[in-house]
Amino acid sequence: MLVTRAEVEHVAELARLALTETEIPYFQQQLSAILTEVEKMQEVPTDDVPPTSQVIPRTNVLRADVIGETLERDDILAIAPAHDGVRYSVPRILGEDE
Amino acid sequence: MLSFDDVVARYEPVIGLETHVELGTQTKMFCGCPTVFGAEPNTQVCPVCLGLPGSLPVTNKAAIEATVRIGLALNCSIASWCRFARKNYFYPDMPKNFQISQYDEPLCSDGYLDVEVDGELFRIGIERVHLEEDTGKSLHVGGATGRIHGATESLVDFNRAGIPLVEIVTKPVPGIGARAPEVAKAYVAELRDVIRTLGVSDVKMEQGSMRCDVNTSLNKLGETWGTRTETKNVNSLRSVERSVRSEMIRQGNILENGGHIIQETRHFHEDTGESTSGRSKETATDYRYFPEPDLVPLAPDATWVKELKAALPELPRVHRARLTAEWGLSALDMQSILNAGAVELIEQTVAQGASPEAARKWWLGELSRHANERGIELGDSGVTPSQVAQLQKLVDEGKLTDKLARQVLEGVLAGEGDPAEVMAARGIEVVSDTGALTVAVDEAIAANPDIAEKIRGGNQAAAGVLIGAVMKTTRGQADAKTVRELVLSRLSN
Repeated sequence: MLVTRAEVEHVAELARLALTETEIPYFQQQLSAILTEVEKMQEVPTDDVPPTSQVIPRTNVLRADVIGETLERDDILAIAPAHDGVRYSVPRILGEDE
Repeated sequence: MLSFDDVVARYEPVIGLETHVELGTQTKMFCGCPTVFGAEPNTQVCPVCLGLPGSLPVTNKAAIEATVRIGLALNCSIASWCRFARKNYFYPDMPKNFQISQYDEPLCSDGYLDVEVDGELFRIGIERVHLEEDTGKSLHVGGATGRIHGATESLVDFNRAGIPLVEIVTKPVPGIGARAPEVAKAYVAELRDVIRTLGVSDVKMEQGSMRCDVNTSLNKLGETWGTRTETKNVNSLRSVERSVRSEMIRQGNILENGGHIIQETRHFHEDTGESTSGRSKETATDYRYFPEPDLVPLAPDATWVKELKAALPELPRVHRARLTAEWGLSALDMQSILNAGAVELIEQTVAQGASPEAARKWWLGELSRHANERGIELGDSGVTPSQVAQLQKLVDEGKLTDKLARQVLEGVLAGEGDPAEVMAARGIEVVSDTGALTVAVDEAIAANPDIAEKIRGGNQAAAGVLIGAVMKTTRGQADAKTVRELVLSRLSN
């Protein structure tokens, strides 16, 4: 399945990735190859098979509304690339409003 | 430039509302983190709501129950089997890079809510009620305005991430013409009251536990529906009405000048009452929804749903109709109570022993005026229904006059305690001791012999001067009627 240049650009934008001119055809080729491979699965006859999102035949696995443990803020911020002591800090987001 | 009236003369609006309600559960949707509003940033988080590797969500039963109850109260069908879905997007307000939501299998669907505007009934169709998890809160810094545009970085607090959020979507509402803004507002107000009655959320728009997106389109009379816009950031009942009105005017003017409406997200600004264009580029396919593999399906048991339905409380419309009859009010009286947000307050005051008339007088009179002056909700004035009932009891027992009661209420509003405490602290009480009053009356007569002579001569109107003098010596704490009777009896021949 051939992925178009426009599709690569669109997916890159959704993922907030800035691709270079050389990277676009590179990923176009890679994504096309992956999708072609996935496409082979479409050959399997599945007309009689209901869509499956879960292999465990269970429903209603629920928990009671009871407070559990939380993590220490210092510990969780320590594993983040950047923070201001109380919040995570992330680069500004382009192309989207609040 | 077309005015609102011009627009509705030429175009027909179609509106739709999407309302998000944060449930008041103790814990989050898929983990046991607490949900306290206003807690220190990032102190109510765990591996699940932070999307840390290896963590798995488990559904909160209380959130399912609350959502089913909302669905039932809105006359919806409850799905016998449904799944959560992943909504994928790259935005730092969800650390997992996706939000667990529901897509094509909502928990509740196809209901309605009846809404009254000035005695006219509007049945608003409910498309769906589904459950999802709320996102974290981003604070944009570095820009001049604090909004994204111009910001250099975003600071994220995940306390809110994962709080159960119910989304209630109406069907498109056509055929309401110029009433569209009012109907939109009345719908959101009624929905808020229903949810408050169910006790599943505190539904505070100003705190964001109830948020509203408004869809609006216009079409020429008799033609097919036009392109709609979605206005976000509508965070008060007043704004719901204003945003529909301003969007109708904006679209009407574009169409009138031969332009086309662009399907877009717009952001409402509370300060200007106008909206600006957002630039969201995601469409439903971009979110790549798929069934959430980390959760098993939900299959609400029919017997359980039946039990929940049977246990629903009396809903606001029915409740108001009953109160209107019990309190002996007209529909218009009830409408003014409803508009003031005073139904529950009056009801609780009556439950504490006050008469409906007295309770209504205090809440719609002094207390409404006070709330309006301060720009706050009536229920946030700091006076409880119990205190109003206590105040009225003191009046009924003759311990306070209406005038003194208002002084006492000022003290209660100022946080000086219950009415009895304010009376003691401020030394306010009716001087009912006739002996003491008689002394004061005699002093007034002695000090004003001319006036006294006039009254003896039959000029009762002159008594006002003596009453005034007595009120002054008793610092306003005597009952003017009693004083008047005393003055006249002392000076009768």
